[in-house]
Amino acid sequence: MIELKNVSIVFNQGTVNENQALSNISLKVKEGDFITIIGSNGAGKSTLFNTVAGTYIPTEGSIFVNDKNVTHDPEYKRAKYIGRIFQNPLLGTAGNMSLEDNMTITHKKGMKWLRRSLNNKTREYFRSELVQLRMGLENRMKENLVMFSGGQRQALTLLMMVISKPALILLDEHTAALDPKNAEIVLELTDKFIREYKLTSMMITHNMSHAIEFGNRLLMMDNGEIIFDVEGEEKKALTVEKLIQKFHELRHKTFENDRTLLSED
Amino acid sequence: MIEGIFVEGLIYGIMVLGVFISFRVLDFPDLTVDGSFPLGAALMVQCLLSGMNGWVALLVAFIGGALAGAVTALIHNHLRVPNLLAGILTMTMLYSVNIRILGNRANVPVLNHSTLLTQVTEKFTGIIPDEYILLVFFLIVALAVKLLLDLFFRTDLGMTLGAMGNNEQMVISQGVNPKTLKTIGVGLSNGLVAVSGAFAAQYLGFADVGLGQGIIVSGLASVMIGEFLVLKSNRIGVLTLCALAGSVCFYAVMYLGRFYGYMIHMTPSDLNLIKGVLIIILLILTQVKKFKKNPFKVAK
Repeated sequence: MIELKNVSIVFNQGTVNENQALSNISLKVKEGDFITIIGSNGAGKSTLFNTVAGTYIPTEGSIFVNDKNVTHDPEYKRAKYIGRIFQNPLLGTAGNMSLEDNMTITHKKGMKWLRRSLNNKTREYFRSELVQLRMGLENRMKENLVMFSGGQRQALTLLMMVISKPALILLDEHTAALDPKNAEIVLELTDKFIREYKLTSMMITHNMSHAIEFGNRLLMMDNGEIIFDVEGEEKKALTVEKLIQKFHELRHKTFENDRTLLSED
Repeated sequence: MIEGIFVEGLIYGIMVLGVFISFRVLDFPDLTVDGSFPLGAALMVQCLLSGMNGWVALLVAFIGGALAGAVTALIHNHLRVPNLLAGILTMTMLYSVNIRILGNRANVPVLNHSTLLTQVTEKFTGIIPDEYILLVFFLIVALAVKLLLDLFFRTDLGMTLGAMGNNEQMVISQGVNPKTLKTIGVGLSNGLVAVSGAFAAQYLGFADVGLGQGIIVSGLASVMIGEFLVLKSNRIGVLTLCALAGSVCFYAVMYLGRFYGYMIHMTPSDLNLIKGVLIIILLILTQVKKFKKNPFKVAK
Protein backbone atom coordinates (compact mmCIF):
# COMPACT_ATOMS: atom_id res chain seq x y z
CA MET A 1 0.00 0.00 0.00
CA ILE A 2 2.57 2.57 1.12
CA GLU A 3 6.10 2.08 -0.04
CA LEU A 4 9.29 4.01 0.61
CA LYS A 5 12.06 3.38 -1.90
CA ASN A 6 15.63 4.27 -0.87
CA VAL A 7 14.51 7.38 0.98
CA SER A 8 17.21 9.61 2.47
CA ILE A 9 16.83 12.89 4.28
CA VAL A 10 19.76 15.20 4.85
CA PHE A 11 19.31 18.42 6.79
CA ASN A 12 21.54 21.43 6.09
CA GLN A 13 23.22 19.69 3.19
CA GLY A 14 26.66 21.02 2.38
CA THR A 15 27.15 22.91 5.63
CA VAL A 16 29.05 22.04 8.80
CA ASN A 17 25.72 21.22 10.42
CA GLU A 18 24.93 18.54 7.85
CA ASN A 19 22.82 15.87 9.45
CA GLN A 20 21.78 12.61 7.86
CA ALA A 21 18.40 12.04 9.50
CA LEU A 22 17.33 9.10 7.33
CA SER A 23 19.67 7.01 5.25
CA ASN A 24 18.47 4.86 2.42
CA ILE A 25 15.25 3.62 3.98
CA SER A 26 13.13 1.13 2.06
CA LEU A 27 9.90 0.04 3.67
CA LYS A 28 6.71 -1.57 2.48
CA VAL A 29 3.61 -1.07 4.61
CA LYS A 30 0.94 -3.64 3.76
CA GLU A 31 -2.75 -3.01 4.13
CA GLY A 32 -3.91 -3.88 7.64
CA ASP A 33 -0.45 -3.68 9.17
CA PHE A 34 -0.12 -2.26 12.66
CA ILE A 35 3.55 -1.38 12.96
CA THR A 36 5.20 -0.25 16.19
CA ILE A 37 8.45 1.68 15.96
CA ILE A 38 11.07 1.97 18.68
CA GLY A 39 14.46 3.63 18.82
CA SER A 40 16.35 6.10 20.95
CA ASN A 41 16.18 9.87 20.59
CA GLY A 42 17.55 11.03 17.26
CA ALA A 43 17.09 7.63 15.64
CA GLY A 44 14.89 9.17 12.92
CA LYS A 45 11.44 7.92 13.98
CA SER A 46 9.72 11.29 13.82
CA THR A 47 11.63 12.22 10.66
CA LEU A 48 10.31 9.03 9.09
CA PHE A 49 6.74 10.07 9.97
CA ASN A 50 7.29 13.60 8.73
CA THR A 51 8.55 12.18 5.45
CA VAL A 52 5.61 9.83 5.02
CA ALA A 53 3.17 12.63 5.91
CA GLY A 54 4.80 15.10 3.54
CA THR A 55 6.18 17.66 6.00
CA TYR A 56 9.66 16.90 4.67
CA ILE A 57 10.48 16.20 1.03
CA PRO A 58 13.09 13.40 0.75
CA THR A 59 16.57 14.45 -0.34
CA GLU A 60 16.69 11.22 -2.33
CA GLY A 61 14.31 8.38 -3.05
CA SER A 62 10.58 8.26 -3.59
CA ILE A 63 7.34 7.44 -1.79
CA PHE A 64 4.49 5.50 -3.37
CA VAL A 65 0.90 5.16 -2.25
CA ASN A 66 -0.93 2.37 -4.10
CA ASP A 67 1.79 2.53 -6.77
CA LYS A 68 1.24 6.26 -7.26
CA ASN A 69 4.29 8.46 -6.75
CA VAL A 70 3.47 11.04 -4.07
CA THR A 71 7.01 12.14 -3.22
CA HIS A 72 6.31 15.77 -4.05
CA ASP A 73 2.70 16.02 -2.87
CA PRO A 74 2.36 18.64 -0.12
CA GLU A 75 1.29 17.64 3.38
CA TYR A 76 -2.30 18.87 3.07
CA LYS A 77 -2.89 16.71 -0.02
CA ARG A 78 -1.55 13.57 1.65
CA ALA A 79 -3.57 14.39 4.77
CA LYS A 80 -6.67 13.32 2.83
CA TYR A 81 -5.65 9.70 3.24
CA ILE A 82 -3.07 9.88 6.04
CA GLY A 83 -4.29 10.62 9.55
CA ARG A 84 -1.78 11.81 12.09
CA ILE A 85 -1.70 12.30 15.83
CA PHE A 86 1.07 14.22 17.54
CA GLN A 87 2.59 14.00 20.96
CA ASN A 88 1.15 17.41 21.83
CA PRO A 89 -2.55 16.77 22.54
CA LEU A 90 -3.43 20.37 21.62
CA LEU A 91 -2.33 20.05 17.98
CA GLY A 92 -5.29 17.98 16.83
CA THR A 93 -8.14 20.26 17.83
CA ALA A 94 -9.03 23.96 17.92
CA GLY A 95 -9.29 25.00 21.58
CA ASN A 96 -11.30 28.18 20.98
CA MET A 97 -14.09 26.27 19.29
CA SER A 98 -16.82 24.04 20.59
CA LEU A 99 -16.70 20.27 20.42
CA GLU A 100 -19.42 20.07 17.77
CA ASP A 101 -17.69 22.70 15.60
CA ASN A 102 -14.45 20.74 15.83
CA MET A 103 -16.22 17.58 14.77
CA THR A 104 -17.91 19.36 11.87
CA ILE A 105 -14.52 20.38 10.53
CA THR A 106 -12.88 17.02 11.02
CA HIS A 107 -15.48 14.40 10.19
CA LYS A 108 -14.80 14.74 6.48
CA LYS A 109 -11.47 15.54 4.90
CA GLY A 110 -10.83 18.02 2.13
CA MET A 111 -11.63 21.66 1.35
CA LYS A 112 -14.75 23.09 2.98
CA TRP A 113 -17.19 25.36 1.16
CA LEU A 114 -20.27 27.38 2.00
CA ARG A 115 -22.41 24.48 3.19
CA ARG A 116 -23.53 24.22 6.76
CA SER A 117 -23.22 20.56 7.63
CA LEU A 118 -23.79 20.99 11.36
CA ASN A 119 -27.45 20.19 11.92
CA ASN A 120 -29.49 17.94 14.19
CA LYS A 121 -28.77 14.90 12.06
CA THR A 122 -24.99 15.28 12.15
CA ARG A 123 -25.19 16.24 15.84
CA GLU A 124 -26.90 12.94 16.51
CA TYR A 125 -24.20 11.15 14.53
CA PHE A 126 -21.41 12.90 16.44
CA ARG A 127 -23.11 12.05 19.73
CA SER A 128 -23.36 8.37 18.84
CA GLU A 129 -19.65 8.33 17.93
CA LEU A 130 -18.64 10.18 21.11
CA VAL A 131 -20.33 7.53 23.24
CA GLN A 132 -17.57 5.12 22.18
CA LEU A 133 -15.03 7.15 24.19
CA ARG A 134 -17.01 6.54 27.39
CA MET A 135 -15.89 9.90 28.77
CA GLY A 136 -19.30 11.57 28.86
CA LEU A 137 -18.23 14.01 26.14
CA GLU A 138 -21.50 13.45 24.28
CA ASN A 139 -23.16 15.70 26.86
CA ARG A 140 -20.63 18.50 26.45
CA MET A 141 -20.91 19.17 22.70
CA LYS A 142 -21.36 22.95 23.06
CA GLU A 143 -18.37 23.40 25.35
CA ASN A 144 -15.09 24.91 24.19
CA LEU A 145 -12.23 22.45 23.97
CA VAL A 146 -9.98 24.56 26.23
CA MET A 147 -12.17 23.25 29.04
CA PHE A 148 -11.17 19.65 28.28
CA SER A 149 -8.15 17.77 29.63
CA GLY A 150 -5.22 16.72 27.47
CA GLY A 151 -6.34 13.11 27.62
CA GLN A 152 -9.86 13.99 26.52
CA ARG A 153 -8.56 16.11 23.66
CA GLN A 154 -6.20 13.37 22.51
CA ALA A 155 -8.99 10.75 22.67
CA LEU A 156 -11.18 13.14 20.70
CA THR A 157 -8.47 13.71 18.08
CA LEU A 158 -8.19 9.94 17.77
CA LEU A 159 -11.93 9.50 17.35
CA MET A 160 -12.26 12.33 14.83
CA MET A 161 -9.38 10.93 12.82
CA VAL A 162 -10.81 7.42 12.85
CA ILE A 163 -14.28 8.43 11.65
CA SER A 164 -12.76 10.18 8.62
CA LYS A 165 -11.45 6.68 7.69
CA PRO A 166 -7.87 7.40 6.59
CA ALA A 167 -5.90 4.76 4.67
CA LEU A 168 -2.94 5.07 7.03
CA ILE A 169 -2.63 6.49 10.52
CA LEU A 170 0.60 7.78 12.06
CA LEU A 171 0.76 7.92 15.85
CA ASP A 172 3.79 9.86 17.03
CA GLU A 173 4.09 8.98 20.74
CA HIS A 174 0.56 10.19 21.12
CA THR A 175 0.29 9.12 24.74
CA ALA A 176 3.68 10.42 25.92
CA ALA A 177 2.40 13.79 27.13
CA LEU A 178 -0.51 12.33 29.10
CA ASP A 179 -0.64 11.17 32.69
CA PRO A 180 -0.36 7.35 33.12
CA LYS A 181 -4.09 6.77 33.58
CA ASN A 182 -5.13 8.81 30.53
CA ALA A 183 -2.26 7.36 28.53
CA GLU A 184 -3.61 3.89 29.19
CA ILE A 185 -7.16 4.86 28.24
CA VAL A 186 -6.03 6.48 24.98
CA LEU A 187 -3.83 3.52 24.13
CA GLU A 188 -6.67 1.07 24.73
CA LEU A 189 -8.96 3.17 22.53
CA THR A 190 -6.28 3.24 19.85
CA ASP A 191 -5.98 -0.53 19.83
CA LYS A 192 -9.77 -0.94 19.82
CA PHE A 193 -10.30 1.47 16.90
CA ILE A 194 -7.46 -0.02 14.87
CA ARG A 195 -8.99 -3.49 15.25
CA GLU A 196 -12.59 -2.40 14.67
CA TYR A 197 -11.95 -0.24 11.64
CA LYS A 198 -9.10 -2.46 10.35
CA LEU A 199 -6.82 0.55 10.05
CA THR A 200 -3.32 0.40 8.65
CA SER A 201 -1.22 2.11 11.28
CA MET A 202 2.25 3.01 12.44
CA MET A 203 2.96 3.91 16.07
CA ILE A 204 6.11 5.37 17.57
CA THR A 205 6.60 4.51 21.22
CA HIS A 206 9.31 4.78 23.83
CA ASN A 207 7.81 1.92 25.72
CA MET A 208 9.28 -1.42 24.64
CA SER A 209 6.60 -3.57 26.21
CA HIS A 210 3.93 -1.56 24.37
CA ALA A 211 5.87 -2.03 21.16
CA ILE A 212 5.81 -5.77 21.74
CA GLU A 213 2.26 -5.99 23.02
CA PHE A 214 0.59 -4.02 20.24
CA GLY A 215 0.63 -4.54 16.50
CA ASN A 216 1.73 -7.28 14.17
CA ARG A 217 5.07 -5.83 13.15
CA LEU A 218 7.94 -4.07 14.91
CA LEU A 219 10.65 -1.79 13.55
CA MET A 220 13.73 -0.78 15.48
CA MET A 221 15.50 2.34 14.27
CA ASP A 222 18.93 3.70 15.01
CA ASN A 223 20.93 6.48 13.42
CA GLY A 224 18.52 7.03 10.56
CA GLU A 225 18.25 3.37 9.58
CA ILE A 226 15.78 0.58 10.20
CA ILE A 227 18.01 -1.99 11.87
CA PHE A 228 15.45 -4.60 12.83
CA ASP A 229 12.12 -5.54 11.26
CA VAL A 230 10.04 -8.45 12.61
CA GLU A 231 6.46 -9.50 12.15
CA GLY A 232 3.99 -12.26 12.87
CA GLU A 233 4.94 -15.18 15.08
CA GLU A 234 8.51 -14.02 15.39
CA LYS A 235 7.32 -10.71 16.85
CA LYS A 236 4.96 -12.42 19.25
CA ALA A 237 7.89 -14.34 20.70
CA LEU A 238 9.82 -11.15 21.51
CA THR A 239 10.54 -9.97 25.03
CA VAL A 240 12.11 -6.77 26.29
CA GLU A 241 15.29 -8.66 27.16
CA LYS A 242 15.51 -10.15 23.67
CA LEU A 243 15.05 -6.73 22.10
CA ILE A 244 17.87 -5.22 24.11
CA GLN A 245 20.10 -8.15 23.27
CA LYS A 246 19.20 -7.82 19.61
CA PHE A 247 20.16 -4.16 19.61
CA HIS A 248 23.49 -5.02 21.17
CA GLU A 249 24.17 -7.69 18.57
CA LEU A 250 23.28 -5.44 15.68
CA ARG A 251 25.05 -2.32 16.75
CA HIS A 252 27.86 -3.61 18.97
CA LYS A 253 27.20 -0.82 21.34
CA THR A 254 25.52 -0.83 24.65
CA PHE A 255 21.88 -0.06 25.02
CA GLU A 256 22.28 0.87 28.66
CA ASN A 257 22.12 4.59 28.02
CA ASP A 258 18.89 4.09 26.21
CA ARG A 259 17.29 1.95 28.83
CA THR A 260 16.23 5.11 30.57
CA LEU A 261 14.65 6.34 27.35
CA LEU A 262 13.06 3.05 26.43
CA SER A 263 11.17 2.31 29.58
CA GLU A 264 10.37 -1.34 30.11
CA ASP A 265 7.07 -1.24 31.90
CA MET B 1 -24.70 65.67 16.55
CA ILE B 2 -25.56 62.30 18.06
CA GLU B 3 -26.57 60.91 14.65
CA GLY B 4 -23.24 62.11 13.20
CA ILE B 5 -21.36 60.10 15.81
CA PHE B 6 -23.36 56.97 15.10
CA VAL B 7 -23.18 57.28 11.32
CA GLU B 8 -19.40 57.58 11.43
CA GLY B 9 -19.11 54.68 13.83
CA LEU B 10 -21.29 52.48 11.62
CA ILE B 11 -19.54 53.37 8.34
CA TYR B 12 -16.15 52.62 9.85
CA GLY B 13 -17.72 49.69 11.67
CA ILE B 14 -17.72 47.74 8.39
CA MET B 15 -13.96 48.33 8.21
CA VAL B 16 -13.66 47.24 11.85
CA LEU B 17 -15.43 43.97 10.99
CA GLY B 18 -12.80 43.43 8.28
CA VAL B 19 -9.97 44.13 10.71
CA PHE B 20 -11.63 41.80 13.23
CA ILE B 21 -11.57 38.98 10.65
CA SER B 22 -7.88 39.33 9.83
CA PHE B 23 -6.53 40.12 13.30
CA ARG B 24 -8.80 38.04 15.49
CA VAL B 25 -10.29 35.20 13.45
CA LEU B 26 -7.38 34.47 11.12
CA ASP B 27 -4.60 35.67 13.43
CA PHE B 28 -3.12 37.37 10.36
CA PRO B 29 -2.03 40.94 11.22
CA ASP B 30 -2.84 42.57 7.90
CA LEU B 31 -1.73 46.12 7.13
CA THR B 32 -3.17 46.16 3.60
CA VAL B 33 -6.14 47.94 5.17
CA ASP B 34 -4.41 51.34 4.96
CA GLY B 35 -4.38 50.93 1.19
CA SER B 36 -7.60 49.03 0.55
CA PHE B 37 -9.74 51.62 2.38
CA PRO B 38 -8.87 54.48 -0.03
CA LEU B 39 -8.95 51.91 -2.86
CA GLY B 40 -12.63 51.30 -2.12
CA ALA B 41 -13.22 55.05 -1.93
CA ALA B 42 -11.44 55.71 -5.23
CA LEU B 43 -13.22 52.90 -7.08
CA MET B 44 -16.62 54.01 -5.78
CA VAL B 45 -16.15 57.64 -6.72
CA GLN B 46 -14.81 56.89 -10.20
CA CYS B 47 -17.57 54.39 -10.91
CA LEU B 48 -20.23 56.87 -9.76
CA LEU B 49 -18.73 59.63 -11.88
CA SER B 50 -18.79 57.33 -14.89
CA GLY B 51 -22.52 56.93 -14.32
CA MET B 52 -22.57 53.40 -12.94
CA ASN B 53 -25.37 52.19 -10.68
CA GLY B 54 -24.42 52.81 -7.05
CA TRP B 55 -24.87 49.21 -5.90
CA VAL B 56 -22.80 47.88 -8.80
CA ALA B 57 -20.14 50.44 -7.93
CA LEU B 58 -20.17 49.14 -4.37
CA LEU B 59 -19.66 45.62 -5.68
CA VAL B 60 -16.71 46.84 -7.77
CA ALA B 61 -15.21 48.41 -4.64
CA PHE B 62 -15.67 45.12 -2.73
CA ILE B 63 -14.01 43.09 -5.49
CA GLY B 64 -11.16 45.58 -5.75
CA GLY B 65 -10.52 45.37 -2.01
CA ALA B 66 -10.76 41.58 -2.06
CA LEU B 67 -8.18 41.41 -4.85
CA ALA B 68 -5.85 43.69 -2.88
CA GLY B 69 -6.18 41.36 0.10
CA ALA B 70 -5.56 38.35 -2.12
CA VAL B 71 -2.33 39.97 -3.37
CA THR B 72 -1.13 40.30 0.23
CA ALA B 73 -2.00 36.68 0.94
CA LEU B 74 -0.26 35.50 -2.24
CA ILE B 75 2.92 37.43 -1.41
CA HIS B 76 2.86 35.93 2.07
CA ASN B 77 2.08 32.40 0.87
CA HIS B 78 4.34 31.99 -2.09
CA LEU B 79 7.34 34.18 -1.28
CA ARG B 80 7.30 33.12 2.37
CA VAL B 81 7.36 36.73 3.50
CA PRO B 82 6.07 37.51 7.02
CA ASN B 83 2.43 38.64 6.84
CA LEU B 84 3.20 42.10 8.26
CA LEU B 85 5.71 42.80 5.49
CA ALA B 86 3.41 41.41 2.81
CA GLY B 87 0.69 43.82 3.95
CA ILE B 88 3.06 46.79 3.97
CA LEU B 89 4.19 45.93 0.42
CA THR B 90 0.64 45.84 -0.93
CA MET B 91 -0.30 48.97 0.99
CA THR B 92 2.65 50.86 -0.50
CA MET B 93 1.84 49.71 -4.02
CA LEU B 94 -1.83 50.60 -3.56
CA TYR B 95 -0.89 54.24 -2.94
CA SER B 96 0.24 54.53 -6.56
CA VAL B 97 -2.67 52.44 -7.81
CA ASN B 98 -5.17 54.65 -6.00
CA ILE B 99 -3.74 57.83 -7.54
CA ARG B 100 -3.99 56.15 -10.96
CA ILE B 101 -7.61 55.21 -10.31
CA LEU B 102 -8.36 58.81 -9.32
CA GLY B 103 -6.91 59.91 -12.68
CA ASN B 104 -3.50 61.09 -11.43
CA ARG B 105 -5.08 63.22 -8.76
CA ALA B 106 -4.90 62.90 -5.00
CA ASN B 107 -8.49 63.99 -4.40
CA VAL B 108 -11.69 63.65 -6.45
CA PRO B 109 -14.99 65.12 -5.16
CA VAL B 110 -18.49 63.69 -5.73
CA LEU B 111 -20.32 66.49 -3.95
CA ASN B 112 -22.66 67.49 -6.76
CA HIS B 113 -23.23 64.00 -8.03
CA SER B 114 -25.86 61.40 -7.28
CA THR B 115 -24.54 58.80 -4.82
CA LEU B 116 -26.16 55.94 -2.96
CA LEU B 117 -26.61 58.28 -0.01
CA THR B 118 -28.32 61.05 -1.97
CA GLN B 119 -30.58 58.45 -3.60
CA VAL B 120 -31.55 57.01 -0.23
CA THR B 121 -32.12 60.47 1.23
CA GLU B 122 -34.36 61.42 -1.72
CA LYS B 123 -36.40 58.25 -1.38
CA PHE B 124 -37.11 58.50 2.31
CA THR B 125 -37.34 62.23 2.77
CA GLY B 126 -40.63 63.04 4.45
CA ILE B 127 -41.06 59.48 5.73
CA ILE B 128 -38.28 59.67 8.29
CA PRO B 129 -36.92 62.97 9.68
CA ASP B 130 -34.11 64.00 7.34
CA GLU B 131 -31.32 63.93 9.89
CA TYR B 132 -32.10 60.32 10.81
CA ILE B 133 -32.31 58.88 7.29
CA LEU B 134 -28.60 58.16 7.02
CA LEU B 135 -28.47 56.85 10.55
CA VAL B 136 -31.23 54.32 9.82
CA PHE B 137 -29.65 53.44 6.47
CA PHE B 138 -26.22 52.76 7.93
CA LEU B 139 -27.70 50.90 10.87
CA ILE B 140 -29.38 48.54 8.39
CA VAL B 141 -26.26 48.23 6.21
CA ALA B 142 -23.90 47.56 9.12
CA LEU B 143 -26.25 45.04 10.72
CA ALA B 144 -26.79 43.31 7.37
CA VAL B 145 -23.03 42.95 6.90
CA LYS B 146 -22.72 41.67 10.47
CA LEU B 147 -25.48 39.10 9.99
CA LEU B 148 -24.05 37.90 6.67
CA LEU B 149 -20.68 37.45 8.37
CA ASP B 150 -22.32 35.54 11.24
CA LEU B 151 -23.91 33.23 8.68
CA PHE B 152 -20.63 32.85 6.81
CA PHE B 153 -18.73 31.88 9.96
CA ARG B 154 -21.25 29.17 10.69
CA THR B 155 -20.69 27.43 7.37
CA ASP B 156 -18.05 24.71 7.06
CA LEU B 157 -15.70 27.12 5.28
CA GLY B 158 -16.17 29.81 7.92
CA MET B 159 -15.56 27.37 10.76
CA THR B 160 -12.41 26.11 9.07
CA LEU B 161 -11.15 29.69 8.78
CA GLY B 162 -11.68 30.08 12.52
CA ALA B 163 -9.89 26.81 13.19
CA MET B 164 -6.91 27.95 11.10
CA GLY B 165 -6.47 31.08 13.20
CA ASN B 166 -6.48 28.82 16.22
CA ASN B 167 -4.42 25.85 15.05
CA GLU B 168 -2.97 25.75 11.54
CA GLN B 169 -1.68 22.17 11.86
CA MET B 170 -5.22 20.94 12.51
CA VAL B 171 -6.43 22.47 9.25
CA ILE B 172 -3.53 20.94 7.30
CA SER B 173 -4.33 17.57 8.87
CA GLN B 174 -7.87 17.86 7.48
CA GLY B 175 -6.52 18.00 3.95
CA VAL B 176 -7.24 21.71 3.52
CA ASN B 177 -4.65 23.99 1.96
CA PRO B 178 -4.03 26.80 4.49
CA LYS B 179 -2.81 29.05 1.67
CA THR B 180 -6.22 28.92 0.00
CA LEU B 181 -7.90 29.71 3.32
CA LYS B 182 -5.63 32.69 3.96
CA THR B 183 -6.33 34.06 0.49
CA ILE B 184 -10.09 33.77 1.04
CA GLY B 185 -9.96 35.22 4.56
CA VAL B 186 -7.69 38.17 3.87
CA GLY B 187 -9.58 38.84 0.65
CA LEU B 188 -12.92 38.94 2.45
CA SER B 189 -11.47 41.17 5.15
CA ASN B 190 -10.14 43.72 2.65
CA GLY B 191 -13.31 43.55 0.59
CA LEU B 192 -15.23 44.76 3.64
CA VAL B 193 -12.65 47.46 4.30
CA ALA B 194 -13.06 48.71 0.72
CA VAL B 195 -16.85 48.76 1.10
CA SER B 196 -16.38 50.85 4.22
CA GLY B 197 -14.09 53.16 2.24
CA ALA B 198 -16.70 53.41 -0.50
CA PHE B 199 -19.37 54.54 1.98
CA ALA B 200 -16.96 56.93 3.68
CA ALA B 201 -16.19 58.62 0.34
CA GLN B 202 -19.90 59.16 -0.35
CA TYR B 203 -20.48 60.45 3.17
CA LEU B 204 -17.52 62.82 3.06
CA GLY B 205 -18.22 63.80 -0.55
CA PHE B 206 -14.80 62.96 -1.93
CA ALA B 207 -12.21 60.24 -2.34
CA ASP B 208 -8.70 61.00 -1.18
CA VAL B 209 -5.53 58.88 -1.25
CA GLY B 210 -4.87 59.92 2.34
CA LEU B 211 -8.20 58.56 3.62
CA GLY B 212 -6.65 55.33 4.78
CA GLN B 213 -3.78 56.79 6.73
CA GLY B 214 -3.69 55.18 10.17
CA ILE B 215 -7.00 53.43 9.56
CA ILE B 216 -5.56 50.10 10.74
CA VAL B 217 -4.81 51.66 14.13
CA SER B 218 -8.38 52.97 14.38
CA GLY B 219 -9.68 49.55 13.40
CA LEU B 220 -7.56 47.74 15.93
CA ALA B 221 -8.46 50.21 18.68
CA SER B 222 -12.16 49.69 17.88
CA VAL B 223 -11.80 45.90 17.99
CA MET B 224 -10.04 46.17 21.35
CA ILE B 225 -12.63 48.53 22.81
CA GLY B 226 -15.32 46.11 21.65
CA GLU B 227 -13.59 43.22 23.35
CA PHE B 228 -13.28 45.28 26.49
CA LEU B 229 -16.95 46.27 26.54
CA VAL B 230 -18.52 42.87 26.60
CA LEU B 231 -18.08 39.75 28.67
CA LYS B 232 -15.99 36.95 27.24
CA SER B 233 -17.74 34.88 24.63
CA ASN B 234 -16.78 32.84 21.61
CA ARG B 235 -20.10 33.14 19.82
CA ILE B 236 -19.43 34.77 16.48
CA GLY B 237 -22.64 36.83 16.69
CA VAL B 238 -21.54 38.39 19.96
CA LEU B 239 -18.01 39.01 18.70
CA THR B 240 -19.11 40.84 15.55
CA LEU B 241 -21.58 42.90 17.58
CA CYS B 242 -18.72 43.84 19.92
CA ALA B 243 -16.64 44.95 16.95
CA LEU B 244 -19.45 47.23 15.75
CA ALA B 245 -20.08 48.60 19.24
CA GLY B 246 -16.34 49.18 19.66
CA SER B 247 -16.29 51.12 16.42
CA VAL B 248 -19.17 53.37 17.51
CA CYS B 249 -17.44 54.06 20.84
CA PHE B 250 -14.07 54.73 19.26
CA TYR B 251 -15.43 57.12 16.64
CA ALA B 252 -17.52 58.86 19.28
CA VAL B 253 -14.32 59.58 21.21
CA MET B 254 -12.63 60.83 18.04
CA TYR B 255 -15.69 62.92 17.11
CA LEU B 256 -15.77 64.57 20.52
CA GLY B 257 -12.02 65.07 20.32
CA ARG B 258 -12.45 66.95 17.04
CA PHE B 259 -15.34 69.06 18.33
CA TYR B 260 -14.24 69.92 21.83
CA GLY B 261 -10.49 69.36 21.52
CA TYR B 262 -9.89 73.04 20.83
CA MET B 263 -10.87 73.80 24.40
CA ILE B 264 -7.69 72.12 25.55
CA HIS B 265 -5.76 73.50 22.54
CA MET B 266 -5.86 70.23 20.60
CA THR B 267 -5.64 70.25 16.81
CA PRO B 268 -6.89 67.50 14.44
CA SER B 269 -3.27 66.48 13.91
CA ASP B 270 -3.13 65.45 17.56
CA LEU B 271 -5.72 62.74 16.98
CA ASN B 272 -3.18 60.14 15.85
CA LEU B 273 -1.31 60.59 19.12
CA ILE B 274 -4.59 60.16 20.99
CA LYS B 275 -5.34 56.96 19.03
CA GLY B 276 -1.97 55.47 19.91
CA VAL B 277 -2.28 56.42 23.58
CA LEU B 278 -5.80 54.99 23.62
CA ILE B 279 -4.51 51.61 22.36
CA ILE B 280 -1.73 51.61 24.95
CA ILE B 281 -4.24 52.33 27.72
CA LEU B 282 -6.45 49.51 26.42
CA LEU B 283 -3.50 47.12 26.39
CA ILE B 284 -2.71 48.02 30.00
CA LEU B 285 -6.34 47.62 31.03
CA THR B 286 -6.49 44.19 29.36
CA GLN B 287 -3.40 43.12 31.28
CA VAL B 288 -4.97 44.31 34.53
CA LYS B 289 -8.17 42.46 33.70
CA LYS B 290 -6.24 39.26 33.03
CA PHE B 291 -4.21 39.71 36.19
CA LYS B 292 -7.32 40.08 38.31
CA LYS B 293 -8.73 36.90 36.84
CA ASN B 294 -5.61 34.81 37.28
CA PRO B 295 -2.71 36.50 39.10
CA PHE B 296 -0.37 33.55 38.52
CA LYS B 297 -0.62 33.30 34.77
CA VAL B 298 0.50 36.71 33.52
CA ALA B 299 4.10 36.43 34.75
CA LYS B 300 5.38 36.37 31.14
